[in-house]
Amino acid sequence: MTGARQAPGRACRARLEEMLVRRVRTWLPGLLLVAPSIVAIGVFVYGMLGWNFRLAMTDKHDEVSEGRFVGLENFIGLWDQPRWHISVNHAIMFTIVFVLGALVLGWFLAFLMEKGIRGEGTFRAIYLFPMAISFVATGIVWRWLMNSGMEERAVGFNRLFDAIGLPQWQWFRDPDWGMAAMALPAIWQMSGYVMALFLAGFRGVPEELREAARVDGCTEWGVYRHVVLPLLRPVTLSALIILGHISLKVFDLIVAVSGKQIITDVPAVFMWVAVFDSHDPAKGATIASYIVLSVAVFVIPYLIWSVRKERRS
Amino acid sequence: MTAVAAGRRGVATGARIGVLLVFVVVFLVPIYVLLVTSFKPLTEADPGQAWNLPGTWTVEAWRVAWEKLAPGLWNSVLLAVPGSLLSCALGSMNGYVLSKWRFPGADVIFTLFLFGMFIPYQGVMIPLVQLLVGLNELTGLQFYGAVPGLVLAHVVYGIPICTLIFRNYYVTIPGELIEASRVDGAGMLRTYWSVVLPISGPAIAVVIIWQFTSLWNDFLFAVFLTGPQSWPATVMLNNIAGAQATPYSQQMAAAILASVPTMLIYVLLGRFFMRGLMAGALKG
Repeated sequence: MTGARQAPGRACRARLEEMLVRRVRTWLPGLLLVAPSIVAIGVFVYGMLGWNFRLAMTDKHDEVSEGRFVGLENFIGLWDQPRWHISVNHAIMFTIVFVLGALVLGWFLAFLMEKGIRGEGTFRAIYLFPMAISFVATGIVWRWLMNSGMEERAVGFNRLFDAIGLPQWQWFRDPDWGMAAMALPAIWQMSGYVMALFLAGFRGVPEELREAARVDGCTEWGVYRHVVLPLLRPVTLSALIILGHISLKVFDLIVAVSGKQIITDVPAVFMWVAVFDSHDPAKGATIASYIVLSVAVFVIPYLIWSVRKERRS
Repeated sequence: MTAVAAGRRGVATGARIGVLLVFVVVFLVPIYVLLVTSFKPLTEADPGQAWNLPGTWTVEAWRVAWEKLAPGLWNSVLLAVPGSLLSCALGSMNGYVLSKWRFPGADVIFTLFLFGMFIPYQGVMIPLVQLLVGLNELTGLQFYGAVPGLVLAHVVYGIPICTLIFRNYYVTIPGELIEASRVDGAGMLRTYWSVVLPISGPAIAVVIIWQFTSLWNDFLFAVFLTGPQSWPATVMLNNIAGAQATPYSQQMAAAILASVPTMLIYVLLGRFFMRGLMAGALKG
């Protein structure tokens, strides 16, 4: 009786085990193949982010000291430094002008092209072309174009403006609006990308939807306002995220155009100076932590949102 | 009525093309400046002729720029070629497993990878420098301050985007293909090698082009991780241009020289370049 009861139990367990082994056998090789990457991402992304935060919470203000734990002291202390305020304000102005500029220009170019025009491929190729070049290389031209020399020393835009009677300007050396000028090369570089995103977005709107709205008596503007624009929201969000995170960590462009000058300082350049000129790892790590946090605040919700959306569909 | 409407539409199309052409001119201004200035002799360097075509065309600036930049260009080749091939291999295997040979928790792993795509690299830079310096001391080899260390960094931080591109490409392969191969008794690697890899051409092109371009154009990692012997073209270019004594003609010629490989790729393989860009934005 007990034997009979045990037998099916044992058989069941055996079958379960067998199934489990087979399941494991099917997915284990996959896991092993990805394992090196999991370890690498674990160590180099998450481990090092953690290490950086840890370093930011120590008093390792030179390269030899051990570094005692000091909590959030560095994070608070940074706000006592005038240069930090300058670089944060610069980053904000740069971000606003760059993100809005690239978004509006990119959208506008896509809007002009979305119904299909002759030579579309050529137009697209030209607008996108700056993306293939490094910020360092284009920074060299833009430094020349936005040279602050005036009168007979003027080159670049100032020379051109003088010739057509427009006022000359200090460009990125302007104490108030310099960072707005600094955003121009970035807009030039990235708006083609935004155009391509929006163009794909426009093309993704089914023609039947537009037709249906027209039949319902919508004007062309009404079709845009009520049909096309709402459907472009996901693309706009993607573009915002991409431009925003490029903007908050902008480094190459600033260095190429003006070097390490305070007049165009941003957090990423300040961090570079803290590491290589001030030789202060804890300060560098603190600035880096702030850059990471400023990006994470909007990227993490975005990623969670898009993964959920993908799973739903 | 219809003639008027058609006429109006014609005018609208004309206006649109007109505006687009104006923007073409604006977009090409920096390119004009680069080219024109690079062919000018030193005697025409005065600001009064800034926007003029060269009076006499000369390649003198190009010759000097090439001499100064050549070691950097070579370092960039040593960085970008092996770096993009390694990234491609890793991305392809990851993408295959995460789409077609999934294990429990694969989605979580993929999401964690994705965040790696968006982190500002400043956040890992100081520990990375410390780790590579430590590796130098430990192994006696050159990681910090040399090209291999830079390749390592780029390959690791390239894993997320390369995995994403391959995964999104492999998702479109019908599951029956994989299933048929399984039924025939092929294991994971065998299926990858004989079924998946032969049809991966487009994704491989996208990833290699994307990685080559990012590695070639990178400045941030290079500035933190390399020294004078291993500076890639971007860092060397920045140093050439940063020196007050370098005339504009040489700066511009050097800027063009440093951009030739990526510009060529863009012109010849623009279609794949575009797809790589879109992969970074529109998922699925």
